Amino acid sequence: MAITHKRRDAAIWGWTLFVLVVVYLPIACGALASFNKSRYFGFPVKQYSTDWWGKTVDSIEIGMIVKTSISVALLVTVFSVVIATFGALAFARYDWKGRRLYQKLILLPIFFPQPVLGLAMLLGFNAVGIQTSWMTAVFAHMVWIVPVVTLVIAIQVYGFDPSLEEAAFDLGCSRLQVLREVTLPLLWPGIWSGMLFAFLLSWSNFPLSLYTTGADSTIPEWLYAKMVAGYTPMVPALGTMATLGAAALLLAGGLVGMLVRRRATA
Amino acid sequence: MADIALTHAPETAAELRHARMLSAGARCALPVAILLGIGFAAPLVAILGYAFATPRSFDVFRSFTLENFATLFNPSNTVWLSFLWSCGFALSTVAILAVVAYPIAYGLNVVFGRAAPLISVLFVFPLFVSENVRLYGWVLFYIKNGVLDGTLKWLGLAGGPEVLFTPGITLFGMVYTYLPFMLFPMTLGLALVPRDLVDAARDLGAGRLLIWREIELPLAMPGILIGMLLTFVLAIGATAEAKILGGQSIIVISHDIEIAFTYSQNWPLGSALAVVVTAFIGGLTLFALSKLDLDRMLGRR
Repeated sequence: MAITHKRRDAAIWGWTLFVLVVVYLPIACGALASFNKSRYFGFPVKQYSTDWWGKTVDSIEIGMIVKTSISVALLVTVFSVVIATFGALAFARYDWKGRRLYQKLILLPIFFPQPVLGLAMLLGFNAVGIQTSWMTAVFAHMVWIVPVVTLVIAIQVYGFDPSLEEAAFDLGCSRLQVLREVTLPLLWPGIWSGMLFAFLLSWSNFPLSLYTTGADSTIPEWLYAKMVAGYTPMVPALGTMATLGAAALLLAGGLVGMLVRRRATA
Repeated sequence: MADIALTHAPETAAELRHARMLSAGARCALPVAILLGIGFAAPLVAILGYAFATPRSFDVFRSFTLENFATLFNPSNTVWLSFLWSCGFALSTVAILAVVAYPIAYGLNVVFGRAAPLISVLFVFPLFVSENVRLYGWVLFYIKNGVLDGTLKWLGLAGGPEVLFTPGITLFGMVYTYLPFMLFPMTLGLALVPRDLVDAARDLGAGRLLIWREIELPLAMPGILIGMLLTFVLAIGATAEAKILGGQSIIVISHDIEIAFTYSQNWPLGSALAVVVTAFIGGLTLFALSKLDLDRMLGRR
């Protein structure tokens, strides 16, 4: 029995590692292409250089695009997390009449094809006469990201004991005090992951941005435009930078989360 | 009269708490409800409005015609071909991903132990890289003189197969992009299978296949179904794979919608198509979700 288990476990490990290699292979190919000196990609790379990285960093156009992407992602993070924290309490904490229906309706935007959702929002903005810009993109991202973040925080809410809140009420705390002193500290790990999800999902979103940013452009939009027409190694260079930025943020976020948790338990 | 008033007034502390919780839940749901009302429901109404407007016009809510739907359902219109391609891609993606993701989901629950969180993060991370970037990486891999072709030539072989810009590579791209959406619901589903039950069945002499068919699969089914639904729906709406990897050799259904909105400037026709696709996806999603208990899935015991 033990031997067959060992063989099964080895097979599962092997398969998982193989799939992980496949998952990261294209990202590695992009990084490789960004260090290629010549304008057109060929493998094996004849001459490596960091010229294209330098050009990408120096480009004023790309600087503006990066700034737009960061502004959108930051605003999406702030608004989404506030709305989704309450949304998660309604999802998992309270028993109320419309809860079952609410739990299902909130999933619909996640199950909706994003290109169609983006187009629908463009029509909506158009119908009420709102000029699209990066600010409308913030709103568009939220429609998709708030439900995702709600689910992320809801998982934390399920693990939390409501009697702690009730005890605080019984001891005479006001609603605001309970929220600040009991509910939020207990939900903090979930809220923290929710923030990371919100920022990173907005940072990498393409289909919603495509239709709702108007004349402004985010990083994924710029990359797509250049992939279709006008490839230069700045495309994989900026793509790799965006990937590394996301990885750094995730790593830093994970470390902060771990430190805070360790301090809380110590 | 007095009796009714009495039964309605919350008297005990428990009742009072219950009444307070009812309203608190609804109040917490309010911001989300407003956001989705303006950002999700209203645009769908706008699309519905456009779908009934005069073709090639912008007379939304001022004209009413079924002409757009007549155009769509006209057998000479090839849009049904795109729809079939999209459905075919989506079904194949679901089938392939079920087989690819199951061992990994099982491993995350049973085999990997302390490495499981790290492996989960490694599978989540690609979601934070724009799918354009990842799909373009595959172009660099498969393209002539690309990584695969170059490596094979360097080894003295004939060079890589020409797979880019075919339907097969589009399917590959979808399987690649939507792996996490199958993997994580499946992992949650498999987490619902009590290990004791599996051990008990084994002690009673059940074979591995029997345990899988009678215990693991049925108990994990809610998660597997959510994963399948999610991947199916996302793959139906996918465009980037067919555009970047498939080189537009196949026009998928959402691409048709985009074309109507952009090149042909026929918003009403595009809207009508979007309404048909939305009705299909929405019906499927609501039907499947009505069969699932989300509290159990996400962790309330």
